[in-house]
Amino acid sequence: MLNRRRFLTGTAVAGVAGIAGLRLSPAFAQSAPQLQIFVPAAPGGGWDQTGRTMDQVMHTEKLISGSQITNVGGAGGTVGLPQFISQWNGKGNSLMVAGMVMVGAIIANKAANNLTQVTPIARLTGEFEALVVPAESPFKTAADFVAALKADATKVPVAGGSAGGSDHILFGLIAKTVGVAATNLSYVPFAGGGEALSALLGNQVAAGISGYGEFSEQVKAGALRLLAISADKRQDGIDAPTLKEAGIDVELFNWRGVFAPPGISDADKAAMIALVETMAKSEAWASECKNRNWTQILLTGDDYAKFVAEDSARIEAILKDLGLA
Amino acid sequence: MDTLGHLAHGFAVALTPINLMWCLVGTTLGTAIGVLPGLGPALTIALLLPITYQVAPEASFILFAGIYYGAMYGGSTTSILLNTPGESATIVTALEGNKMARSGRGGAALATSAIGSFVAGTIGTMGVAFLAPVVVKFALAFGPAEYFSLMVLAFITVSAVLGSSSVRGLTSLFGGFVIGLIGVDLQTGQPRFTFGSTELLDGVDVIIAAVGLFAVGETLYMASRRYAGRDEIVPLRGSLYMTGAEWRRSWKPWLRGAAIGFPIGAMPAGGAEIPTFLSYAIEKKLSKHKHEFGTVGAIEGVAGPEAANNASAAGVLVPMLTLGLPTSATAAIMLSAFQSYGINPGPLLLTTQGDLVWGLIASLFIANIILVVLNLPLIGLWVRLLKIPAPQLYAGILVFATVGTYGISQSPIDLVILYLLGAAGFLMRRFDFPTAPVIIGMILGPLAETQFRRAMTISNGDWSVFYKHPLSLTLLTLAFIGLVGPHIWAYVEHRRRGGPEHVPGDA
Repeated sequence: MLNRRRFLTGTAVAGVAGIAGLRLSPAFAQSAPQLQIFVPAAPGGGWDQTGRTMDQVMHTEKLISGSQITNVGGAGGTVGLPQFISQWNGKGNSLMVAGMVMVGAIIANKAANNLTQVTPIARLTGEFEALVVPAESPFKTAADFVAALKADATKVPVAGGSAGGSDHILFGLIAKTVGVAATNLSYVPFAGGGEALSALLGNQVAAGISGYGEFSEQVKAGALRLLAISADKRQDGIDAPTLKEAGIDVELFNWRGVFAPPGISDADKAAMIALVETMAKSEAWASECKNRNWTQILLTGDDYAKFVAEDSARIEAILKDLGLA
Repeated sequence: MDTLGHLAHGFAVALTPINLMWCLVGTTLGTAIGVLPGLGPALTIALLLPITYQVAPEASFILFAGIYYGAMYGGSTTSILLNTPGESATIVTALEGNKMARSGRGGAALATSAIGSFVAGTIGTMGVAFLAPVVVKFALAFGPAEYFSLMVLAFITVSAVLGSSSVRGLTSLFGGFVIGLIGVDLQTGQPRFTFGSTELLDGVDVIIAAVGLFAVGETLYMASRRYAGRDEIVPLRGSLYMTGAEWRRSWKPWLRGAAIGFPIGAMPAGGAEIPTFLSYAIEKKLSKHKHEFGTVGAIEGVAGPEAANNASAAGVLVPMLTLGLPTSATAAIMLSAFQSYGINPGPLLLTTQGDLVWGLIASLFIANIILVVLNLPLIGLWVRLLKIPAPQLYAGILVFATVGTYGISQSPIDLVILYLLGAAGFLMRRFDFPTAPVIIGMILGPLAETQFRRAMTISNGDWSVFYKHPLSLTLLTLAFIGLVGPHIWAYVEHRRRGGPEHVPGDA
C-alpha cells in the first residue's frame, strides 16, 4: 500500500538525493524490502534508540530499501502494543521493538493484550541498569542511598521510566533486598528518557534508575554520580561497583528485542528472522552496540518465544512480591 | 568575545557553497511540509536520516536545521488562510489570523507572521549562541511543582479566549478537559474514558481536534448559512503587505513573543503551545484594538504567538546542544543522527564538536534569512487562494482537512473523530460556544495533571511544594495577579471615571 505520506517523503528524499548528485544503485532500490519499525515509546529512550540504530545499520548494510519509524509512546509500551496488534495485523514487513519493560508494564497495568499475541522474531541486546544521583547529592556510595531508604524511603524520590518497568522493578528489588517495604517507595515515572534525565540534572529527585547508556555521557561529564550498576560483573571502563559488590544482592539485565505483528505468514516470519539475524551479525551493529553499551544476547524464533514466556513468569512473580501486580 | 570568535568560525563553515545549498534545500522542504497538516519536521528528518551515511555531519545538520525552522514558518500559512492548523504550535495563530484573512488582511497576517518568525527566530538563535549555558540552568530549575504553576498561569490565558460569556467559555474548557483525559493514564497505565476501544487508548490528537472544531465546524456552519448572505470573505482590502500602522502594532508583540517563547522552549517539558497561549493572552490584554479580537482579526494576536512559537523552536535547541537532552521529537531524532556519526551528544558536545555545533548555529541565522526571503513573495500567491468562490474553497478545505488527518496515523478512527468533532464545532458555533477553550483544555489539562501528580509524589503528598519553591510561588503569584488584577483595575478605573458623578447622589 503506497500511502500518501510515504509517497510524499519518498519524493522529497529522491529530490534531495538527486540535487546532491547521490546515486542509489538500482539493485538496492528494487530488491531490498521496505521496513516499518514500530516503537511503542516516545523518541529518545532505549527502544527508540534500538529501533533507529537497527534502521541505520540495515540501511548501511543495504538490507532494506526504505523504512518508516512510528513512535506511539506511553505506559511502558502498553499504549502501543494494542495498536500494533490491531492496526498492524498481518503486515509482514513490520517489526515492533519491545523488551523487559513491556513485560513488566503488561503485568502491572493488567493490560488486555500481551506478548503472546505478537510474533517473536529475535532478542537482540541487554543493558544493565545504573543507579545515579545528581553531582551535588549527599549520597557518595550505594550504601549511603540504602541508609537513606532505610531511614525514611518516602523522603527519597527516585526517577525512572514508566510504572512497572525495569527501572521500577530494580528499585523494588533493591528495596526488598535491603528490607524496605515496597509500599513506602517514592517512585516518579517519566514517559521518556530525556525527561527523567532533566529531573535529575535539575536536582528535582534524589536519585535515578535507568539503563547505563542513558546516563553514561552525563556521568563522564561529571553532572551525575554513578553509585552502582546492575550487571553480573564489573565492566571495563566503568568506574563503579556492581550492586552485588556494593552489598545489595540484585542483578538485572533489561533485554530488548523485536516482534512482528500477529497474523503474518510463515514465509514472512522466516524472512524477518533472517533479516534481523543478518543485521545482528554485521560489523556495523557490533560497533553501534559497543558505542551504546549494549551487550549482544541474540536469540531468535522459537527459543526467543520460550525465553519471553519464562521471563514473563519470572517478572510476574517479582511484581507480585513487590505489590505492583 | 570567545563566543563571537566561535560564531565567526561557524559562519565560515556554514557559508561554503555546498552547505548553503543544503540550507536552501532544507528550508524549502521545511516550508512545504509545514504547510501540509499531518507531516511534521520530526518525521521528515527521521525519513532523511539515511543521508547521514552519505554526507558530512555539518551538511546534514544544516539540512535538518533548515527543515526544522522551515516547518515553523510554513505551519502558520494554512492556519491563517484555511483555519486548518498544520501543527499544535499554530493553533492560536488561526484564532486571529483567519479572521484577518476573511476581512481582507490575509496578506498582512502572513507578512507579520513571516517577519515575526524571522525576528523571533533570530533573537532565539542569538539566545542559543550567547545565553545557552545560563538559560539551561534556569530551565533545569523547573521541576514538576514549577511546571504545574506554569500551567496554572497558562490557564489564566483561557480568559482571553472565553468570548462574551464565561459560562459558555468554561463549559467549552471543561469539554476540552474531558477529551484530554481520554486514553491511557501515563502515571499508572490505566485506560480512562476509552470504553474498551483500543484506538482511543492513544487519546485524541490535538491537531485532529483543532482541525475538526475549527475547519470542519466552520465549513458546516458556512454551508448552513450559505444563503443568509453573511460572513462574506473579502479576498484583499488595501495593501497586500503590512501598512505602516500594522508595522507599528506588530513590532512589540514580536519582541514580547520572543521573550516568552525562548525560555519556555528551553524547558525540558515546556513545549511550543504554552508560549503561544501566554503571548496571545498578553497581546489581547495590552492591545489598544480589543474590539478587533475575534471580530475582524487583530494583528497583535498573530504577531505575538507566531514570534513565540519560533522562539520556542530555537529554545528547544538549548538543552539539546548544551546537555544532549532531547526535549522534543525533532530534537530526539537529530540526536540520533549525531550518534550515527559516532558523536555522543552529551554535556561535552560543545567542546568536543565545536565546529559542528557552531556551524549549525550559524546556519540557523542563514536559514532565517532564506526563509523570510522565500516566504514574503509567496504571500501574493497564497492570498489568491481566498479568491476561490466560497463553495469550492470550503470543499477544498474539507478535502485538505480529511487528507491531512488521515496522514497523521493512517487511522480511519481518526476520521470518525474528526467529523464528530466537526459536528460538535458546528453546533457550538450555532449556539455561540467558543471552540478555542476546548483545545486549550485538551493541551493544558493532561499536562497540568501529570505534573501535579509528579510534584505530589516527590513531595510525598506535601502541598507546600507549590509555594515553598520560589519559582513556583512567583508563577502562582503572577497567575493570581492575572486573575484578580484586571478586576481591581477595572474597579479603580470605574471609580475614577464614573465616581465623581455618582458620589454626590450616593453621599
